[in-house]
Amino acid sequence: MTGAARMLALCYGNPGRLDDGLGPAFGAALERENLAGVTVDVDYQLTVEDAMTAAAHDVVLFVDAAITGAEPFFLHQVTPRASLGFSSHGAEPEQILALAAELTGSAPQGYALGIRGYEFDEFGELLSTGAVENLAAALQFMVPMILCHDLRHSLRVAAMVPGCRPGRQTAQAAEG
Amino acid sequence: MTTTTGDRRIVIEPVTRVEGHGKVSILLDEDNKVKQARLHIVEFRGFERFIQGRLLWEVPVLVQRLCGICPVSHHLAAAKALDRIVGADKLTPTAEKMRLLMHHGQFLQSHALHFFHLCSPDLLFGFDADVAMRNVIGVAAAHRDLAVQGVMMRKFGQEIIKATAGKKIHGTGAIPGGINKNLSIAERDGFLKDIGQMMTWARGVVDIARGYTIDNLATLADFGSLDSNYLSLAAADGSYEIYDGGLRATTCDGEIIFDHVDNQLYDQYLNEEVRPWSYMKFPFIKSLGPEHGWYRVGPLARVNNADRFTTPEAEQARQEFAAVTDGKPCHVTMGYHWARMIELLHSVECIQQLLNDTDLQGTDLVVNGERRAEGVGIIEAPRGTLFHHYKVDEKDQVTMANLIVSTTSNNEPMNRSVQKVAEDHLSGRMEITEGMLNHIEVAIRAYDPCLSCATHAMGQMPLTIELYDHEGTRIDERVRG
Repeated sequence: MTGAARMLALCYGNPGRLDDGLGPAFGAALERENLAGVTVDVDYQLTVEDAMTAAAHDVVLFVDAAITGAEPFFLHQVTPRASLGFSSHGAEPEQILALAAELTGSAPQGYALGIRGYEFDEFGELLSTGAVENLAAALQFMVPMILCHDLRHSLRVAAMVPGCRPGRQTAQAAEG
Repeated sequence: MTTTTGDRRIVIEPVTRVEGHGKVSILLDEDNKVKQARLHIVEFRGFERFIQGRLLWEVPVLVQRLCGICPVSHHLAAAKALDRIVGADKLTPTAEKMRLLMHHGQFLQSHALHFFHLCSPDLLFGFDADVAMRNVIGVAAAHRDLAVQGVMMRKFGQEIIKATAGKKIHGTGAIPGGINKNLSIAERDGFLKDIGQMMTWARGVVDIARGYTIDNLATLADFGSLDSNYLSLAAADGSYEIYDGGLRATTCDGEIIFDHVDNQLYDQYLNEEVRPWSYMKFPFIKSLGPEHGWYRVGPLARVNNADRFTTPEAEQARQEFAAVTDGKPCHVTMGYHWARMIELLHSVECIQQLLNDTDLQGTDLVVNGERRAEGVGIIEAPRGTLFHHYKVDEKDQVTMANLIVSTTSNNEPMNRSVQKVAEDHLSGRMEITEGMLNHIEVAIRAYDPCLSCATHAMGQMPLTIELYDHEGTRIDERVRG
């Protein structure tokens, strides 16, 4: 990926639901960095029209809280995949990419950043202590990678970061 | 939570308490026939504690944390309750119409999302079609124009929300006593440029839903269908109403149970039952009791309950809908889809009317009156009747909040629909097949449950179906991930 690539960071989650706000918190921090060529979009959840926004970029980084998986965060590549759920309340990154490809004829490269959270089960606008630490680690690692628009490289690096011991998804992504 | 009844043991695991997750548990009897099927979708908790002590002015914004798909519904229901508290019994025309425009924008985006994202694969391909095709990507591949329409209608609705509420999410437009902005000429003209296209597309999706329902009526008539009561708002003259009006409840025969009920008195007519196996409550009509007083809300209930629509094309569509059942209520659960599209058409018609109303450019935005300590706001959210009830102290701090969201009202019907589908399609089998899973999902999708304050963190499985034998031993599980 070259420095000219247009990157979209789709950061989602509910900031009123404790650690589910990790995605929006990452998005807010990324916006403050004001990185050239990077568009940051924050929303509650992914929906179908995100496919059109995604299609207008070369690279999309989906940022969400993670209930399970490696700590403090994991990163994996996302490939288009069709699926049908039972509710309109949310779509998956794979679905967004597949829809982008179907509607526009091309899909951007996709990556998913899952930041581990621990408390999701009540209302509250504060992240847990562990989530705050994980968010900081994710930002510290990801911002330089985003800055050079090289998320493919970041996959390889993430797999070598001790604190980000690869979960299954990370290992898979590193292979991809 | 664990509850034991006879030889049955149903376990709600802690993970199921995370919203955004549904679980169906099916218990077989000794002959491997379905004895019981239950849908567990967890209602939000802790909201009352979260909001206690907050200033009443904050409430219409805070409540949007409850849902990412219908934040406007919570925003408006809260604002209506707080209108009552600040003594604003009659809003200015500009405030009233700006809120209506916001509300119809919400209906349009939510219904378009449901149609395109969830319903169209079932309608266009049939719910026995290959799962590889029966999804939103399959629709985009086979019906590209329709897919684009779905996305663009949703986007149009979102833009209406942005123009009226200030932002797509966490809008601040509705405030106690009115609204904080009007619609500029430039905003109006931008929408007018596209409204004709929206009308054309809205007519088209009504045609699809109607055609599908009529063509497949023999199959659909019994699919998860229920002879139920219906609850909705209705205007004073009995016409369709989603923002104001009184509560109307009807029986499965269309007889009125109550009508024109003052919103402030809702708790004299409705009650909520707690059951040990579910965190979600089960509302019922008090006069009928919990066994017979359960009811359905949402598009099917509203279209069944309405004497007429106030816009011509939606009224024509309603008459065609009603003709299928000779004017009696339609109990076909899959009829939700057709009813939903009639509502979408109505919302586009209303948006068109409102955009041509110069009151939207008015500058008289807020009124106040004699302050009260308590207020109830009821609106029709896209998924059904939504109740917000607050009490505040003399310092304007919230001391009590009670909400009944649409999906709570549809809790009992969804459970009954799932039970019916399970009985019809699963009995005698010891494993959950893809087809079975989908039949259950189709029934749930018709209601489009609102996963209140949904969290969608990675690692969460949207739907799990578990099969138990007569001794309560789990013999199969299937996860939709």
